[in-house]
Amino acid sequence: MIACRPTMAPSDIPAVPRRRVLQAVAAFGAWVAVRPAVGDAPPELGAAIRAFADGAPVQTGRITLEIAPLVENGNAVPIAVVVQSPMTDADHVRQIAVYNEKNPQRDVIVFNLGPRAGRARVATRIRLATSQRLVALARMSDGSVWQHAVDVIVTLAACVES
Amino acid sequence: MSRALITMPATAKRGDAIEIRTLIAHPMETGYRRGDDGHVLPRNLIRRFACRYDGETVFEAQLYPAVAANPLIVFSTRATVSGALTFTWEGDNGFAQTETALLTVT
Repeated sequence: MIACRPTMAPSDIPAVPRRRVLQAVAAFGAWVAVRPAVGDAPPELGAAIRAFADGAPVQTGRITLEIAPLVENGNAVPIAVVVQSPMTDADHVRQIAVYNEKNPQRDVIVFNLGPRAGRARVATRIRLATSQRLVALARMSDGSVWQHAVDVIVTLAACVES
Repeated sequence: MSRALITMPATAKRGDAIEIRTLIAHPMETGYRRGDDGHVLPRNLIRRFACRYDGETVFEAQLYPAVAANPLIVFSTRATVSGALTFTWEGDNGFAQTETALLTVT
């Protein structure tokens, strides 16, 4: 004997108000936009960040990675890292590091500073193999770690193949 | 010897932070690229840069393949005493270069 299941007519489908669907979609979009950068950082990049942090919580703020959001030539991309710090003996930046997501190697450059730097601003030129996320991290004299992540689009990639 | 350029003020007031720009001619070969013959070009990088001033290393950097050719490094230091700032670059194949620049502190 075949169990007879009640069939559902199209008109019986519980009506989900369109407004609620749109609200849910908007909320998801907002969550995607403000999601924390470390939590969902690509695994290798996240590992690099954790290795730098060495157990300290990674906070957002105090550090700014300056880079053009649209990079035309990935062979020499100007970047600058600025950290809000008085650079005194008691409160200074000890280390600044930059990591990338999709170059063959995660490390980009590491700077060691001290109170004698006077100003916590460094700049250099880097290579980018493709559009990707970059993260700048700073370690302060009190041991706290701060980060700033930036997504960049690269039109001409640095030549990896040849 | 590679060509190196150091741009910084010749004089500074005591306690002021001065900006120093250093540039050195170097291919920074990553070790990931292939040449015309299909063989991987051997890695040839500058690995470390340091600036000594007034008896102390005031700034240091570790460079990786992602640093562009002819590495530019811009940083600051606080003017303390008149004297020489010593810049050193060290890398693969025994690369080592030292440059000095004089700063007069008023």
